[in-house]
Amino acid sequence: MSSSGLEDLYREIILDHYRNPRNRGSMEVPPSQRVEAYNPLCGDEVIVYLLEKNGVLEDVRIEGQGCSISQSSASLMSAAVKGKTIEETRQIISDFKKLMSIHESKLEDGTDDAQMDIDMDAMGELAALQGVVRFPVRIKCAILAWNALAQGLDEISGSSPDEPRQVEK
Amino acid sequence: MTDTDIATTKTQLDVEHIKQDFPLLSKGFHGESIAYLDSAASSQRPTCVIDAMSGYYNYSHANVHRGVYKLAEEADRLYENARITTGKFVGAPDPAREIVFTKNATEAINLIAYSWGMHRLSEGDVVVVTEIEHHANLVPWIMLHKERGIELRVIPMRDDYLLDLDNLEEIVDGAKLVACTLMSNVLGTIPPFKKIADAAHSAGAIVVADGAQLVPHAHVDVKELDCDFLAFSGHKMLGPTGIGVLWGKAELLDSIPPFIGGGGMILDVKFEGIVPAEIPTRFEAGTPPIAEAVGLTAAIEYLDNIGMNNIFHHDAELTAYTIDSLKNTFGRDITIMGPDTTENRGGVISLALKDIHPHDLAQVLDESNVCIRAGHHCAKPLMRRLGTSATARASFYLYNDTSDADRLIEALSKAASIFG
Repeated sequence: MSSSGLEDLYREIILDHYRNPRNRGSMEVPPSQRVEAYNPLCGDEVIVYLLEKNGVLEDVRIEGQGCSISQSSASLMSAAVKGKTIEETRQIISDFKKLMSIHESKLEDGTDDAQMDIDMDAMGELAALQGVVRFPVRIKCAILAWNALAQGLDEISGSSPDEPRQVEK
Repeated sequence: MTDTDIATTKTQLDVEHIKQDFPLLSKGFHGESIAYLDSAASSQRPTCVIDAMSGYYNYSHANVHRGVYKLAEEADRLYENARITTGKFVGAPDPAREIVFTKNATEAINLIAYSWGMHRLSEGDVVVVTEIEHHANLVPWIMLHKERGIELRVIPMRDDYLLDLDNLEEIVDGAKLVACTLMSNVLGTIPPFKKIADAAHSAGAIVVADGAQLVPHAHVDVKELDCDFLAFSGHKMLGPTGIGVLWGKAELLDSIPPFIGGGGMILDVKFEGIVPAEIPTRFEAGTPPIAEAVGLTAAIEYLDNIGMNNIFHHDAELTAYTIDSLKNTFGRDITIMGPDTTENRGGVISLALKDIHPHDLAQVLDESNVCIRAGHHCAKPLMRRLGTSATARASFYLYNDTSDADRLIEALSKAASIFG
């Protein structure tokens, strides 16, 4: 029942990425990897295309439709990982998921340990999604694209080549 | 429900007074006043329902059907009385035999699909549904299509959100069963059920009515509808969760085998086989929802006291008021997915505001403590027909008034400014 929560959820950066999504579009498969993620409950849909070369994500594209949180998170994600190495990308995924698992109460006190070893400076614009944790139902929206990204990396690394490419959160 | 019923006495509901019977609505959610606009998903319940249930648990509880002591007799009497009250509420000719208590409306429809469908339908037989059904009245039939190889035909929806009955006779021709909602949980559309039932019967089909949405909001009589089965839920009509109702014509129920097997639904059991009990206990295996039946009785008495025609008119007036306000306030920015009249629609308004995603709308509305539902509303084929994956839906009941509608409009304006 917070009064400031809504401004925290719909920060300007988030609305900006929702209205003007970055890296929108598709890529040829192959050479790129294509992973879909759905939220069957609310119909959010994110399709992630990853083009990897020599261990680096040379290009990332996003398709799909859904609420402002799912779509802006996908856009912010694409901007954050484009040009990064696979290892760096895995670290960003891990940090982002930590960010999404911080308890709301810890957000309030703003202490360093509340950040659970996340390098917030390195998070950049992604930190704008922090307000989502106040709205537990929406965390799934924010994480949708990231699950697709994680699966795409697994497929690139060949660690789970037989897994189906569709992710349900 | 018939036109003559609608034309009979109307009394304006005293909503202020009614709200007092619902602590959540009079005292608020964590002390904050809320506009509860999600009764199509589940209604709130008045204190008298909760009192009836706790009174039963505190002073009258024993298992039914098996005890010889006075306490068990009392529980028996309360449970069977619930059957009679529920049956009379929907005009059942023989309530003591024709009302089966289930877990919910979904289970009631599944009972028909399994006990009737699995034994009466074989490959190539035709079952007819409509494009506006809830999954509860779709999935069981689609499963029969998979398992029994039946043919599924669909009565389509027109662009004005009413059913397209132009080819009704062709569609129901040769059908064994026609299943239709009495009111869409997404659009509010109230189909001309009697017309569909007549065509179905002429074709030799039996007719299933999904009353989950309409039974809580209007006078429904199975004889006037001329249906063969009617399913509805307790929790959408001020009653508790965990109880649903199947009404079926006695001779039909009597002609079909049990659904779930277990205690209470048999006359005799040998290792070689069973002798099923008479109806309706044949369909009530295991300990039934006794306290829920007691609560449902109290809910029906509460509704009857206010009057179902009054409730229907109240919903209609509030819906008309809200649709007018929405159009006046938002003009071309608002899309209302439902019939443009109040004659053939109930108090459910699915809407889209600009291109704001329904979940974002519901989130912003929640900030103003306006509770609406966003999603596919368990009607995915209908969502596809509407060309969307989700809608935002406000739904009314007897405890809502224009102040709730005004709060909806105000909160929608706030959403429009955030996403403008």
